[in-house]
Amino acid sequence: MKRGVRLDVDLNFSGGVVVPTSYYLLLSGVLFGLGVVAFVFKRNIITIFMSIELMLNAVNLAFVAFSRALGQLQGQVFVFFVIVVAAAEAAVGLAIIIVISRNRGTLNVERVDSLKH
Amino acid sequence: MPVLTYLWILPLLPLLGAAANGIFGGRWKKSIVTTVALSSTTLAFVAAVELVREFVALPTDQIPWTKSYFPWISAGGFRADFSLQVDQLTVTMLLVVTGVGWLIHIYSTAYMRDDPGYRRFFSYLNLFMFFMLLLVLAANYLLMFVGWEGVGLCSYLLIGFFFLKHSATNAGNKAFWVNRIGDFGFILGVLLILRTFGTLDFATVLPRAAAMPVEPAGQWGVLTTIALLLFVGAAGKSAQLPLYVWLPDAMEGPTPVSALIHAATMVTAGVYMVARSHVIFLNAPVAMQVVAVIGCLTALFAATIGLVQTDIKKVLAYSTVSQLGYMFLACGVGAFSAGVFHLMTHAFFKGLLFLAAGSVIHAMGGEQDMRKMGGLREKIPWTFWTMLMATLAIAGTPGFSGFFSKDEILLATQRASTPLWALGVLTAGLTSFYMFRLLFLTFCGAPRFDQRHVHVHESPRSMLVPLVVLAVLAVGGGWVAAPHLWGGVNYFEQYLAPVFSTAAEAPTAAAEPSGGATELLQALLGAPVIAGLVGFFFAWWFYVRSPQTPKKLAASFAPLYKLLSGKYFVDELYAAVIVRPLVWISDKVLWHVVDEGAIDGTVNGVARVSRESGDRLRQASTGNIRTYAAWVLVGVVVFTSLLLWMVG
Repeated sequence: MKRGVRLDVDLNFSGGVVVPTSYYLLLSGVLFGLGVVAFVFKRNIITIFMSIELMLNAVNLAFVAFSRALGQLQGQVFVFFVIVVAAAEAAVGLAIIIVISRNRGTLNVERVDSLKH
Repeated sequence: MPVLTYLWILPLLPLLGAAANGIFGGRWKKSIVTTVALSSTTLAFVAAVELVREFVALPTDQIPWTKSYFPWISAGGFRADFSLQVDQLTVTMLLVVTGVGWLIHIYSTAYMRDDPGYRRFFSYLNLFMFFMLLLVLAANYLLMFVGWEGVGLCSYLLIGFFFLKHSATNAGNKAFWVNRIGDFGFILGVLLILRTFGTLDFATVLPRAAAMPVEPAGQWGVLTTIALLLFVGAAGKSAQLPLYVWLPDAMEGPTPVSALIHAATMVTAGVYMVARSHVIFLNAPVAMQVVAVIGCLTALFAATIGLVQTDIKKVLAYSTVSQLGYMFLACGVGAFSAGVFHLMTHAFFKGLLFLAAGSVIHAMGGEQDMRKMGGLREKIPWTFWTMLMATLAIAGTPGFSGFFSKDEILLATQRASTPLWALGVLTAGLTSFYMFRLLFLTFCGAPRFDQRHVHVHESPRSMLVPLVVLAVLAVGGGWVAAPHLWGGVNYFEQYLAPVFSTAAEAPTAAAEPSGGATELLQALLGAPVIAGLVGFFFAWWFYVRSPQTPKKLAASFAPLYKLLSGKYFVDELYAAVIVRPLVWISDKVLWHVVDEGAIDGTVNGVARVSRESGDRLRQASTGNIRTYAAWVLVGVVVFTSLLLWMVG
């Protein structure tokens, strides 16, 4: 590992141009909103699944941004948790999607509405 | 002193018998059931006798002998122990209960031999013995109440013993309900005692009550209230006016039950309770007057009904009510020991009368109507002679036990109140009449049953032996008080004196022997004896000499006869005034309005609201994931804005 690469997070970062926290939050909000819109309006399960991931990562971004702004590590740690959970969820979720696709021959959520009964 | 130390053995023995027969009896042979039931009562009797032996040796300052075994209820300042107590009154009751109970158990083994409920019967009967012993041994009102309720329960179970008969279950229910009224008074009295004295132990309550001033007439004090409430309980249990109606119906039970519970022991619990609380009653003269008047009126009232009954057991039932009235009369005029004395002799002769009646019914193959009997004297001589002894005793024939006890009661009454005495004497005459009527109708004259179908047979020996033993007691049981008549000592009264010492100023106690011979003569030629003779004469005239007379009399005094044979229509009156309105209210108001409308309505209403709102809300569940997601979104937006609005 080369010298000069900062391994530790400099919580009091004070060099170069400082991107204001609100920018990150705005980006996070836009990403989250896109995720929500996609989740609500798309029909394909895979797309919906991806939009969930998008939302999760939007939240991650907000966490990290806050972590830096507040100078606390918890936000960073939380992101790792979210990533781990998202990985597990992806495994389970994709398995479910495969089963649905096998049983119903479709990935259209409009057709997967047996919860009604 | 094994038994005095371990007093709990006494009630425990029958309880074990009841439990063993009740739990395992179904798998046992009949002989084992019999052995268990008999040995538990025999041992209880033996223990009682041993207790008497130990009790006699006890120094006087240790009486009443109280043993506390464990704290039963301890809540705040209130404390009730499982504590038992023995004094002279308890000993008397113990001997009567275990002795007569034991004899009746023996009798029952033969009487109930072919009954399919044999095991159940003895289980109940033993359970009854347990509760009765608890009642008389209890050292505080609460434990006494346990026994009191327990005997009521056993009475209910045994009245309804033939539960397939509708009339039997009805009679059981009636007994239970009427007793509830009395027990309500009793428990109110007990609560008032607790409130007044802070404890329920006899040893504390009674001296404190004695120390309180006598409450004169017109001044309604707490002691009067307590005494009257307790008497309500006693009137229920001991079948006094106006709560006597259950006892005649209780004859639906097997005859040994009538003998044990509804003649000898349980129904006398009220007398025992009043005697036990005599201190309270003595300080409440108003209550005493109420007890005396109610007792006297009950005695007369029941005796008049008994005159025209045709069912052999019903006659005896009304006779029991009447004799219990005598006991209360005695208590009411302050002659508590006379009341308890009559309780004892009554247990002997009335127990015997019921057992003999059972023997007659047994001989007649189940027939209870005296109009269909007659001429049984030669066929069942043992039953006849023992029943004759009991009849002579209850009629107050000089020399027999009933004579001594009844005479003492009437003597005490005479000193207290002449009208009550006159009614008492009249009742004595009526008693003699209906008892000899019963005897003549059953045993004399020509048989009035179909001799080809009814094979009259004498009962087996295990039924006759108790009859004979009780006959001996019914004849001789009164002599403990006899020397009183020729200026000597009334041993029974002297024996009970320590218990009723506070009643020393009561009229009977140690009546100064004023020329013994005159008193003897007075007693022998006294009004009760003459009344008894008159009663006997009329019974003989009506039912032996000219058997047509009763019918003619009934015809010429038709309204009176109807009134008597209809038992003054008290049952009808109660049905019209209490039962029917109650049923109507229960049916029309409590059932259809309160239960169906309010309670069911609430419950069903909640269910219907849930179901219908669920129906509406179900529409929101389309099954489409995207709809759910949209709802989640809406929810998030709403709650987030709410949160922001509230915080901001």
